[in-house]
Amino acid sequence: MSHAAPIETARDRGLVACTRCTRVWPMGQERCSRCGSPLVSRRTRSLQRVWAWLFVGMICYVPANIYPMLRTRTLFMTDESTILGGAIEIAHHGSYGIAAIIIIASVVIPIGKFIAIGYLALSLRRQVRLSSHARHKLYEFVEFIGRWSMIDVFVVAILSSLVQLSSVASINPGPAAITFALSVIFTMMSALSFDPRMIWDFPEDTTA
Amino acid sequence: MTDTAQTPVAEPELIACPQCDALYSAVAPGPGERATCLRCGTVLIAPRRNAFLRVIALAITMMILMFGATFFPFLQVRVSGFRNSSSVFDAALAFVDGPMLPLSVAVAALIVLIPVARAGLVLYVLVPLAMDRAPLRGATIAFRWAERLKPWSMAEIFVIGVAVALVKISDLARVDYGPAFWMFAALVVVITLQDGYLCRWTIWKALDKEARK
Ligand SMILES: [Zn+2]
Ligand SMILES: [Zn+2]
Repeated sequence: MSHAAPIETARDRGLVACTRCTRVWPMGQERCSRCGSPLVSRRTRSLQRVWAWLFVGMICYVPANIYPMLRTRTLFMTDESTILGGAIEIAHHGSYGIAAIIIIASVVIPIGKFIAIGYLALSLRRQVRLSSHARHKLYEFVEFIGRWSMIDVFVVAILSSLVQLSSVASINPGPAAITFALSVIFTMMSALSFDPRMIWDFPEDTTA
Repeated sequence: MTDTAQTPVAEPELIACPQCDALYSAVAPGPGERATCLRCGTVLIAPRRNAFLRVIALAITMMILMFGATFFPFLQVRVSGFRNSSSVFDAALAFVDGPMLPLSVAVAALIVLIPVARAGLVLYVLVPLAMDRAPLRGATIAFRWAERLKPWSMAEIFVIGVAVALVKISDLARVDYGPAFWMFAALVVVITLQDGYLCRWTIWKALDKEARK
């Protein structure tokens, strides 16, 4: 890769880059002639979409924690467990590792993601402590980790299809399964609507 | 590689980092090397030797494995004489009752349909290129969709879900692995390898109409 000493962006040169195939075109062109993707230099408008998806994602996360995720019925008892309740139950059985996976995937990651996306979106409008580099790392991490929250939904799907033993034992999904899945999907949409190029537009750190 | 530079003037193609908009003139590194963005570290070009053929082989393997993994028994559970076995297909249909139906569709899409669709799209794009033919109609749309669907292909997450599910019911029932379990585990390795070999820039360049006049 050849480049001039200070980083020059496509926009500085009056060009617009295709984020799908990396090719650049003259500013003003609307579609990439190579891959057909729409061309926008900075998706500033999509910031509204980021907030909207984030907001519905957060709303869905509330019932996901209140209502049961799983309904377990055995000969002797019926048990309804929420996300957190299920994790605590597993911890009581001594499987701390698995309990930690559930807590991380279903509580730490979603909440961390709400905060991180909100912070990144706000940071585009005002001066913040974190450098562009640090914020970009945060964005990459959020984008990478978000999908893993789906673990608990898949666990419910596996258990509900597997444990169907007439009267002896059965497991069925609770309403939280659907609201939790929606929350994960909406927050993923929010992260995907975010344009990371805007993080770099006013680089306050000239070093690095 | 199909890229036989017919354009007489070797004007370097300008590319920009999709993550930070830094501008570069594209210079393909040697096979196995990677060209990364100097500002944000995003991998821009990462060609591999025989990448097209390898990706094609992996995509075909993936489709076969997915077929087996979907319909063969995945896990089997036993509780005091009662037994039940479940396939990935059953797991996807776990929510089929009433209001949970959309969730069933979503789970089926995330763990089976989208991974298969991506493999199919990649084959459609790469098979002609690997044979040094012109790309098929709509190849650019196909590859754009293969790329767009990437975050929504969640087979690897499903495998971790299985591990968690097994621990969750270990004191309720005895669980045996079916053949599909191992197929699915192999599938995750294949998908990971396939994404590692796939250099987007190389494929887009090969699909470029201007470059292949
Ligand atoms: Zn493009
Ligand atoms: Zn970059």
